Amino acid sequence: MKDFLLSVFLLLSLAASAQWTKLTSYDKYDEMAQEYMDRDDGYTYVINYWATWCGPCVKELPYFEQLLKDYSHDKTKVILVSLDFPKKVDSKLLPFLNKHNIQSEVVILDDPKSNIWIDKVDLSWEGAIPVTIIYRGEKRVFWDGEFDTYEDLDKLFLSIHN
Amino acid sequence: MSQFLLVLFSLVMPFTSSNEVGDPYTVGDKVEDFNLKSVDGNMYSLSSAKNVKGYIVVFTCNHCPYAVMYEDRMNDLNAFANKNDFALFAINPNDPNKVPEDGFAEMQVRAKEKGFEFPYMMDEGQKVYPKWGATKTPHAYVLDANMVIQYIGAIDNSPRDAAAATINYVEKAARSILLGETPAITKTKAIGCSIKTM
Repeated sequence: MKDFLLSVFLLLSLAASAQWTKLTSYDKYDEMAQEYMDRDDGYTYVINYWATWCGPCVKELPYFEQLLKDYSHDKTKVILVSLDFPKKVDSKLLPFLNKHNIQSEVVILDDPKSNIWIDKVDLSWEGAIPVTIIYRGEKRVFWDGEFDTYEDLDKLFLSIHN
Repeated sequence: MSQFLLVLFSLVMPFTSSNEVGDPYTVGDKVEDFNLKSVDGNMYSLSSAKNVKGYIVVFTCNHCPYAVMYEDRMNDLNAFANKNDFALFAINPNDPNKVPEDGFAEMQVRAKEKGFEFPYMMDEGQKVYPKWGATKTPHAYVLDANMVIQYIGAIDNSPRDAAAATINYVEKAARSILLGETPAITKTKAIGCSIKTM
């Protein structure tokens, strides 16, 4: 019985410490976009393109987590689209998500045809990350670069959400 | 007082942000020559390359994984340039105060490790990259003999796997210039690291 409890405890603690064990990876932008970039369901979508190797991206990640916390009850979805390299997913991305206890939805985009899909995200985007798209139905805004503060993100979010 | 400063700031900001460098270059623009210090300690300009048929300029750096993935291909590109009377220049646009890994001494180390035989220069004071409109590393430009930009964008179409590249955009543009033609592809996009400023 004691052993049983111990193993339950171990299992639970393992589950708690390793919330992230696998991720959906899209090798076609269009398939990812269909799922997240082009919804019209009354929700406000916040889509952030990032990678663990990108310093400014990692720095602003807590703002997106905060946004999720503040608005998840209010028809809002936050999706972090990781551009991490496939061979770094197990060694870097998953440990990062677990270490920082990331609550937002995370997907991997691994479409090598960047010359085509970057324009689909936004014509003005040159390809440097991070960038963020916030949309609800037809209302849409593209933010090129990082957010300096949570307030900046919140303000932009509300301009679409309200 | 703080309101006064705010008003002053908002009056000044639009001017500083838009007039500081003018519109960045685009395809068809003739560039102003630069004069930057390379890892060998010498200053280089486009015009320091004599009797060339064109120029390749790549904004790149030490720290960005996408730039790192192209390091060996930069050597290949230099071999291509030498063979075809082009001159290759690499410029690190990042502020080393923001990214210590992109400091001048660190550039020297990397250039030696990778055996770079082309100038790898620091954009001291970050004055060059805004004029060129570079937004990331790597960001490549191909210019004709008159220093007119003919191509802006990625080096090839497969950042992560050199062997899987089916189009080398930079070489393709250079070959068009050699033939006296306008490149068929003049702009491409690729993922990269933003240019780091304080």
